[in-house]
Amino acid sequence: MATVERRARIYEGSRIPSPIPTILQVDPDEHELEDILTVNFGPNHPSTHGVLRLIVDLDGEHVAGIAAVIGYLHTGFEKTMEQKTWWKGMTYPERIDYVSYLNNGLVWVLAVERLLGIEVPRKATWMRMCLAEINRLHSHLIWLGTSALEIGAISMLWYAFREREKTVEISELVGGTRMHTRYFQAGGLAEDIPPGFFPVTRDFCEQMSKGIDDYDTILTKNKIWLERTVGVGLLSAEDAIALGQSGPVARASGIDWDLRRNQPYLAYDEVEFSVPVYHGGDVYDRYRVHMDEMRQSVRIIRQCLDRLEQMEGEPWIADDRKVVLPPRHELHTSMESLIHHFKIVTEGYTVPEGEVYETIESPRGELGCYVVSDGGPKPWRVKFRAPSFVALEATATCMTDAAVADLIAIVGSLDSVMGEVDR
Amino acid sequence: MAYEGVPGLVATKEAFGETTLVVDAARLVEACAHLRDEEGFAFLSDLTPADYLGWGELGVAGYLGTSAGRDLNAPGSQGRARLPEPKPKRFSVGYHLLALTDPPRRVRVQVWLDDGEDIDSVVPIWPTADWHEREAWDLMGIRFRGHPNLVRILMDDDWEGHPLRKDYPVGGEPVRFSGEE
Repeated sequence: MATVERRARIYEGSRIPSPIPTILQVDPDEHELEDILTVNFGPNHPSTHGVLRLIVDLDGEHVAGIAAVIGYLHTGFEKTMEQKTWWKGMTYPERIDYVSYLNNGLVWVLAVERLLGIEVPRKATWMRMCLAEINRLHSHLIWLGTSALEIGAISMLWYAFREREKTVEISELVGGTRMHTRYFQAGGLAEDIPPGFFPVTRDFCEQMSKGIDDYDTILTKNKIWLERTVGVGLLSAEDAIALGQSGPVARASGIDWDLRRNQPYLAYDEVEFSVPVYHGGDVYDRYRVHMDEMRQSVRIIRQCLDRLEQMEGEPWIADDRKVVLPPRHELHTSMESLIHHFKIVTEGYTVPEGEVYETIESPRGELGCYVVSDGGPKPWRVKFRAPSFVALEATATCMTDAAVADLIAIVGSLDSVMGEVDR
Repeated sequence: MAYEGVPGLVATKEAFGETTLVVDAARLVEACAHLRDEEGFAFLSDLTPADYLGWGELGVAGYLGTSAGRDLNAPGSQGRARLPEPKPKRFSVGYHLLALTDPPRRVRVQVWLDDGEDIDSVVPIWPTADWHEREAWDLMGIRFRGHPNLVRILMDDDWEGHPLRKDYPVGGEPVRFSGEE
């Protein structure tokens, strides 16, 4: 029986399995094939964040082979979006990744706006940025709570969900629903910033800063946490790029890359924040990147609030009646507004012919949206570059020399949301 | 012209702030290897197949005019003014590349294929293409020569057809336990 060797240090070069980069196959030179026990892990298992199935070949406690099987949550979002108008399509991206719903909605509206060539008011831009960061906190908190829970730090779930509850309450305040708000629209925002948003969000920032200190106290120097995460799930920078890894996974492997800073969208070039980078390439450094990013998100939210408070009374959506619904009160007095409303709701607005690929930094990394328009009111083709989908491709490489207990920590650290993986 | 040296380059298009390099399908791997090694596109962001069956014709997604391209709209109305530009072949496959430089550079490599035409796999160049190509095969029915494990990824192994093709109907599949199987 093979013993598990802990390599505490990140490796140089490449460890991507060959010939299939995403499947670790049992090496007959290293393992007695009759010792191998093949175990089906998932698709229904509390530690797989949904319905991920892993076929694991075990040699004692050592993971000799692993293959991920996905598709259990495939719902055909991309096909469905081709059947809906651009206007109705907005509801789908938010449901693809139900944990970072506002970021997914954001990439869709940015792609549509680029095709439309529509000018977005600055208030909408800053509000989008503010909400995208609140949503990043939401996503990171769910990640922190669940992946710590899976490795046995049960109390973390309650602490993380204490703050997470506040983020969805803010969503509810601005958009009316806790998740999937449909608050971002092509052209701007669905409604003005509601009264009470600023004090509630400032309180949340205060609470969040204290909350992050709490998590820090519980985990960062916790001996059990360190034992379970340091030197586990190693991924070198070279492999991370070859496997298309982005976001916290790449930044934990020493890749200094964040689209918010390197390819600024919205108004990220006007706020101050730093990009955390660690070089360990293990589960612990992915945890530290998430923690630092949460602090930076709070910092960005505060700057957004300062700017937004000065924009009282400014428009929140573009004044383009061919794309944007007219104000409700005009429907009672203006024939033209009624016609515009009717046309947008029934037929939808048309989008100029062309194809665009829009990318943003979602909580999980590079989130892309490829859209083709034939000039009609429905998208011809929609394709999402799901960072979760790509993250799972790294499972086999990260599992090299790992024990079965590390499997939970590693899969958790890659931060996949199965809705987005399977789309 | 920054990308003149790309092997098999057929055309370069600039639109919406994006560069598209249309490449001869037979020389795709050569072109991709050149872009990775010479131009620094180490990161494959996405692989996007698209089906253009019925593009610009009546009765397909989103089309409102007639097949002759009748102008349904006087200026300012909601219809479509003209037919879209015809496409060279039925399928396109786009490779969205990213160079991790400052400022970042992005480029889309595009190849055109007819139904049943295969293209070479880029897994040896970007290992991340593994699942992307499996997804393209599964949902769009594009076959990648030399892929080490080209099996379905999102649909069941015994699924028939490729759901994202335009001739694949919506709502055509039986619903389990509905009594209509």
